[in-house]
Amino acid sequence: MGGKILLANIEIPGIRDFDVYRAHGGYSAVERALREMTASQVSTEVTRSGLRGRGGAGFPTGLKWSFLDRKTEKPRYLVCNADESEPGTFKDRYLMHHLPHLLLEGIIISSYALGVKTSYIYIRGEFKYLVGILEKAIKEACQHGFLGDRILGTDFSLNIYVHPGAGAYICGEETALLESLEGKRGNPRIKPPFPAFKGLYGCPTVVNNVETLATVGPIISMGGEAYAKIGRGKSTGTKLISACGNINNPGVYEIEMGLPAEDFIYSPEYCGGIPNDKYLKAVIPGGSSVPILPADLILNTAKGEKRLMSYESMADGEFESGTMLGSGGFIVYDEDACIVRNTWNLTRFYRHESCGQCSPCREGTGWMEKVLSRIEHGLGKMSDIDLLVHVAKNIEGNTICPLGDAAAWPVASAIRHFRHEFEEHVLHPAEVLEKESRVVKNRRFTIFEGSLK
Amino acid sequence: MLKVTIDNIPVEVEDGTTILNAARKIGGNVVPPAMCYYSKLKGSGGKCRTCLVRVAQSSAKDPRPMPKLVASCSTPVQDGMVVQNLTSPEVIEARKGIVEFLLLNHPLDCPVCDQAGECDLQDLSFGYGMEETATEEERREYPVIDIGENIKLHMNRCILCYRCVYVADQLTDQRLHGVLYRGDVSEISTFIQNSVTNEFSGNVIDVCPVGALTDKTFRFKSRVWFLKPMNAHRECGKCSGKVAAWMFGSEIYRITGRKDQYGELETFICNECRFEKKESTDWVMEGPRHIKRQSVISSNHYEEMKEQSIIHPIEGTMEKKE
Amino acid sequence: MENSTIINHPQFKREGKILAFSSDILKKVHSLISRYPDGQQKSALLPVLHIAQEELGGFLSVDIMDYVASLLGIQPIEVYEVATFYSMFYLDKMGKYVIEVCRTGPCAISGGEQILAYLQEVLEVKTGETTPDGIFTLKEVECLGSCGTGPVMQINTEYYEKLTPGKIDKLLEDLREYASKDKTDDSTWVEKFC
Repeated sequence: MGGKILLANIEIPGIRDFDVYRAHGGYSAVERALREMTASQVSTEVTRSGLRGRGGAGFPTGLKWSFLDRKTEKPRYLVCNADESEPGTFKDRYLMHHLPHLLLEGIIISSYALGVKTSYIYIRGEFKYLVGILEKAIKEACQHGFLGDRILGTDFSLNIYVHPGAGAYICGEETALLESLEGKRGNPRIKPPFPAFKGLYGCPTVVNNVETLATVGPIISMGGEAYAKIGRGKSTGTKLISACGNINNPGVYEIEMGLPAEDFIYSPEYCGGIPNDKYLKAVIPGGSSVPILPADLILNTAKGEKRLMSYESMADGEFESGTMLGSGGFIVYDEDACIVRNTWNLTRFYRHESCGQCSPCREGTGWMEKVLSRIEHGLGKMSDIDLLVHVAKNIEGNTICPLGDAAAWPVASAIRHFRHEFEEHVLHPAEVLEKESRVVKNRRFTIFEGSLK
Repeated sequence: MLKVTIDNIPVEVEDGTTILNAARKIGGNVVPPAMCYYSKLKGSGGKCRTCLVRVAQSSAKDPRPMPKLVASCSTPVQDGMVVQNLTSPEVIEARKGIVEFLLLNHPLDCPVCDQAGECDLQDLSFGYGMEETATEEERREYPVIDIGENIKLHMNRCILCYRCVYVADQLTDQRLHGVLYRGDVSEISTFIQNSVTNEFSGNVIDVCPVGALTDKTFRFKSRVWFLKPMNAHRECGKCSGKVAAWMFGSEIYRITGRKDQYGELETFICNECRFEKKESTDWVMEGPRHIKRQSVISSNHYEEMKEQSIIHPIEGTMEKKE
Repeated sequence: MENSTIINHPQFKREGKILAFSSDILKKVHSLISRYPDGQQKSALLPVLHIAQEELGGFLSVDIMDYVASLLGIQPIEVYEVATFYSMFYLDKMGKYVIEVCRTGPCAISGGEQILAYLQEVLEVKTGETTPDGIFTLKEVECLGSCGTGPVMQINTEYYEKLTPGKIDKLLEDLREYASKDKTDDSTWVEKFC
């Protein structure tokens, strides 16, 4: 498959090591940025590229950088958000595992553009094995003069440190991440003030996702305009999609934005279709938080157009018949999947991961989980279904951070598109449970050969 | 000065003022309820979400509405901002939802709770609560513990407003209690058997919006509405010595700080004044405190003694009777 | 932090033994602290707690947390608050190997539920329990970020992916052997950081 930008060199043996990475054109973007460009020129290229945050929200990166408070005397920080914990998403892990130097290159160039002297990579604690890989890469970059004092003989100095989390999904939210980095509980901060003004240690801070930062190097190499030509509309460039669930080839794929979802699911180049000749039932295309869509709506929009892998096309039809591209965690469900069981499972996740700071999320996630558990285990009532809609509606939009929305959307969308399954659970619990246990027993353990590790 | 309109009432406030404080400047029904915000505690607010309001116009420059309801206690006003509190059905609906969440695990043990009659959650439920509860789940339960010689913690009643944590952080030199665990099992605790003994620790009782932190020296002594709050003061080397003394006849049942119309303390008081000075001879009585007419405490509470008037019998009727 | 704290660090006792990092590890802890600006040593709390848990007995007892608080110059309650928030910190004694099985969405539909059931069967413990020999503790955790290679579990922070009952049998056998030789195939947090 052509058109790879981030993963172009991933097949090269030893690309994780500095020497190999360098021999294949690595760090030339740093040289170009530091030697030939001013800081504001770098920012301009990133803005021109139309790059949007790859962590899930899709906020334009250039615009985010432009908010950074440059008037204050305080130091500025760039924090790399490597707290990848959204169920279904494992692209950042893949990237850091195979191409740690690509990330470092992006951080160095971005720090140069933002006037940052210290940068932290906040990585989720479970990825302990990656801490060693990143620390080694940092050491190599220091030895070759790409990090530390006076990089490449210029006035620009930068240190990058790896900081592990310790098991909290909420720390993927940027202000919770900053709290955690300061050695506190991962409670999201009340905004305003935004991190661009008061971030880490009260200083102006930019928090960017791993994939976002890794894309900065290639953008500098190829130029912002050339990057913007790739993709479709306002979804420029390529995106890493981590595909999992009931598909033949789970793994991380780099796709050009605008690829039809149908091609992504069925093409042997990507997911390779559904195993065991089963039918496609539903897809959660952007990590567990985004609304689930039934097969017909993921293949085609409500207007009858082909659904594409881009921010706009995924959102087509809003939540009524659309969803979000999110972080690109593409979870596929086949005909045997039980939507109720799956929704309960995800809600249990959000209940476990709620920080407990604000009341709608703290109480609402637990409430939904209890009700869903009742329905799933055959103890539900018809009124419970509307109760779930009611609770989800009261959480949505009323919380401090987006975790509330992330917990409410899967429940609301599952009921919107699969209400009959919930009703079936309430009306015929015995039959449903019997079928489920049969499916669970028959599910093969490993149906695929993934590409990680 | 910035011009803001809240529920169609214009007000001018200084730059940096929050919507809630702008509303307090207007006063009355316009003021959104606040369960976690406390103007005297830095960093408080934003958590309970009861003060959510709708911003119909962000500013004069940017007339678009804000996409979501915002917490009025932590959102600064902008010039030309138009805010809806009671005039927005969306806000009322959201607030009803929040109250439902706050009550979800609340034990509703008001009949045996010392806070009943002066409880913010009671007031809020009266204003926005539903008649019936939609939940049938079991409520989470914690044991009742002492967090200090004179302070009782009923974690079951706690709504996790964090005010008591801020008090310990900002008023005492060593914080011994905090919020532990996370999500719907998070709790206020000292983690180990640790006695909160600091001189100002008693203020956690006054800032608590519910009956989670109560005064052990007053425990089960009386319902607050049988008591008469009096302003009283004494010479105190540690605090201002200005308190509210809650009297039953000439007996002092408890001492609290003086609370303003938003339930916030005027000044924080020390533990000696609060827990140890219970004789009426300890205090100089100033006079009865003002209690809102709507409060249950106002019944039988006379704020001033009118000059004794003598009822003159109407002559005719008197004659008739005789 | 002043250098003097390396020499004069407070010592805590557990079961009669003095509880403290060895001087080698203490040096590394101090180099970790130096990664954060002056006065922000609290930032090192998470990494130091990871190291403490690993080096000082596999879980965070109150005295370990008090020790870490004193190293960083913060209040003990600040450590308790943090240690109870994050799911990777254990507050109770654990088995030598903590088996954490992912139970979240994508893992669940690719066999995670059976893996958990199988482990419960062969280890004869329920979730949250430790085997009587003290070698294994079984836990359920939320998404480990390995959704494409599920079912997955983590044992003492190492990943084991694409699990089958056969793989688990072999793994448990190996670990039992390691345990008897008191050796581990993990590299430690301290090693990762240098």
